[in-house]
Amino acid sequence: MMARLMIACAWLFLTAAAAPPKTDDRAVVIASKAFTESVIVSELARLSLREAGQQVVHRQALGGTRIVFGALKRGEIDAYPDYTGTLRFEIYAAAKATDPAALERLLAQNGIAMTNPLGFNNSYGLAMQADVAKAKNITRISDLVGRMDLRFGLSNEFLDRGDGWPALKAAYGLAQKADGLQHDLSYRGLADGRLEVIDVYTTDAEIAFYDLKVLEDDRGFFPAYEAVFLYRADLAQSHPQAVEALQSLAGRILAQHMRQMNKRVKIDRQPETAVAADFLSKETGQTVVGEGNAGLLGRIWQRSVEHMRLVALSLTMALVLAVPLAIVAFRKPHLGGAILGFVGILQTVPALALFVFMIPLLGIGAAPTIAALFLYSLLPIVRNGHAGLAGIPADLQESAQALGLPPMARLWRIELPLALPTLLAGIKTAAVINVGAATLGALIGAGGYGQPILTGIRLDDMGLILEGAVPAALLALLVTGLFDLVERWLTPRGLRL
Amino acid sequence: MSATTHMPLLFSLHGVGQIYGAHRALGPLDLEIRAGEQLALIGPSGCGKSTLIRLLAGLVTPSEGTIRFHGKALSDLDMGPYRQNLGYVIQNGGLFPHLTAARNVTLMARQLGWSKARIQDRLVELARLVHLGEDRLAQYPADLSGGQRQRVSLMRALMLEPEVLLLDEPLGALDPMIRYQLQTDLRDIFQTLGLTVILVTHDLAEAAFLSKRIVLLREGQLVQDGGFKDLVDHPADPFVSAFVKAQRGVLAGGAL
Repeated sequence: MMARLMIACAWLFLTAAAAPPKTDDRAVVIASKAFTESVIVSELARLSLREAGQQVVHRQALGGTRIVFGALKRGEIDAYPDYTGTLRFEIYAAAKATDPAALERLLAQNGIAMTNPLGFNNSYGLAMQADVAKAKNITRISDLVGRMDLRFGLSNEFLDRGDGWPALKAAYGLAQKADGLQHDLSYRGLADGRLEVIDVYTTDAEIAFYDLKVLEDDRGFFPAYEAVFLYRADLAQSHPQAVEALQSLAGRILAQHMRQMNKRVKIDRQPETAVAADFLSKETGQTVVGEGNAGLLGRIWQRSVEHMRLVALSLTMALVLAVPLAIVAFRKPHLGGAILGFVGILQTVPALALFVFMIPLLGIGAAPTIAALFLYSLLPIVRNGHAGLAGIPADLQESAQALGLPPMARLWRIELPLALPTLLAGIKTAAVINVGAATLGALIGAGGYGQPILTGIRLDDMGLILEGAVPAALLALLVTGLFDLVERWLTPRGLRL
Repeated sequence: MSATTHMPLLFSLHGVGQIYGAHRALGPLDLEIRAGEQLALIGPSGCGKSTLIRLLAGLVTPSEGTIRFHGKALSDLDMGPYRQNLGYVIQNGGLFPHLTAARNVTLMARQLGWSKARIQDRLVELARLVHLGEDRLAQYPADLSGGQRQRVSLMRALMLEPEVLLLDEPLGALDPMIRYQLQTDLRDIFQTLGLTVILVTHDLAEAAFLSKRIVLLREGQLVQDGGFKDLVDHPADPFVSAFVKAQRGVLAGGAL
């Protein structure tokens, strides 16, 4: 019976170890932040590098600025797109850098370089319906001065920010009154003619969709958020062609291109890869194929492999530690309280926080995810293992002792087999929790079923969300079923009901 | 008692007592047990008889006093070999539910590396001794009757041919018919093997039937130590008479 337990453990471990890690050491790793525009721009870069003959992978929607920039600083990724405004006001806010040269110096201190601006500027702007603007002969913000016939509808955030509407009014001498409203509603207000002027982000997909005119900021009021690629400075030595390919994008992605691509992805629901490939084909005059999506089954298979690897590795590691911990907690009651308390506290850390805590220690990707899942699996296994051992009737424990069995033999031949059903239930709980929690790994670049869920949330695409959620639910059921079988196989016949 | 006075001293207890917190469960008391004796520890619930047998089995360490086995203090002995030299049977058998009857019985022998043939021979021998059908040996404890479980438990206790057999209310949970049969079988086994037996029971008839020497305990103290007839004819104090009288109805047609 205990031999069977060993077989089951070995099998679990081999499954985990046999799943091949799929990162190629020589490949350039491009990442994107967790919003559509960033994913599209990185897809453009990936396809360009691929066309230049580089090995390249794209870690899509890795996270927010802090996570992705941190990953670049530590060398876990080689490049990602960001905005000069983000660098100035967010990443290096304390340094108060005003010109590109200053930014470049700051970046260089972190071993990072940046390309020339890609061409589009994603900042605040004012927009009107193109035909209305034309009819009223307005192309610049200065043209609005004195046009009291125009109704302004501005998002509440823009209306309230000190560097928003009040400052803009002062800078241009605008006297109009503005209504505050939800950003989504302002587009509709324009479309049905209840508003003439609204605030926008200059590359919003809706600008292309509603055919709006973004008014020229002729007094340079809005700070520039010019898109650039940030890349590891050492990439220039190790992969000069990759840097060249990134530079080749500079100056070619204009705001109208970006709006159009955002629209095709967000509103027409086309895959980022296909949209990026179309753009490059048009730009280069050569056919660029967006291979990317390997078909539904291929995608699900790849994510399944990633997901199961996360679960199997973390669970195996948890078993290796948690079972001995449970035994110590049982044999040494004065340590037991501390052990159970400690793993209990680990469980109270919110899953998302635990994942993020792991990043400074282990970077991004599978390693921090496995570590977080490992910590999460400890409690159910330790608690059930301890409960199973402590629940052995006193007369049986005494019988084992009275027979003169040495402590190890007592543990191996009597106590563990008797505690096994409870212990297995704990392992099953841990595995099912793990399958669910592993979807959060996508937030820090571990892939798995969380990837399409995150993308689906970003694009508001229910189909994509289901593409991750349904396999995750099925895997949880499969794990439950599998453990029921293992439980039947491992439970000694005398203990079966 | 006289038949064994020439035998060597097996257990000797001096000032042995057991205290749990503020509660004294046993002693301090002195007691000597000779090799080959069959002795019953008897008394009402809470008198300390189970505590005493657990002290002898080495499952608990006495709070005070010394227990000697073959003249050596228990505290100086290696508990592993010591316990292997004792057979211990408890009320519900204490069989491990995840092992078949045979594997329960042979657990220690396998641990000690006995050969398969030796284990098998001993198993068959014991099954015959305790009147257990050999087909029962492949069963799990849950599939055995209460009486069969106690027979298996007895086999397990006897497997390593111990010097001493400790029985803690071994028949306490059985119904009267099976109990009667097992009492008879136990007496035959004791006579066949001639080993030292220490039996805890609250049933005077059973004590009288299975052992020549009866040690009566009350509130942790030794009240009387002697043969059954001594208890009936020369009770040490009114409690002994009361204890005997309480069971007289049963005894009227039997040992009396």
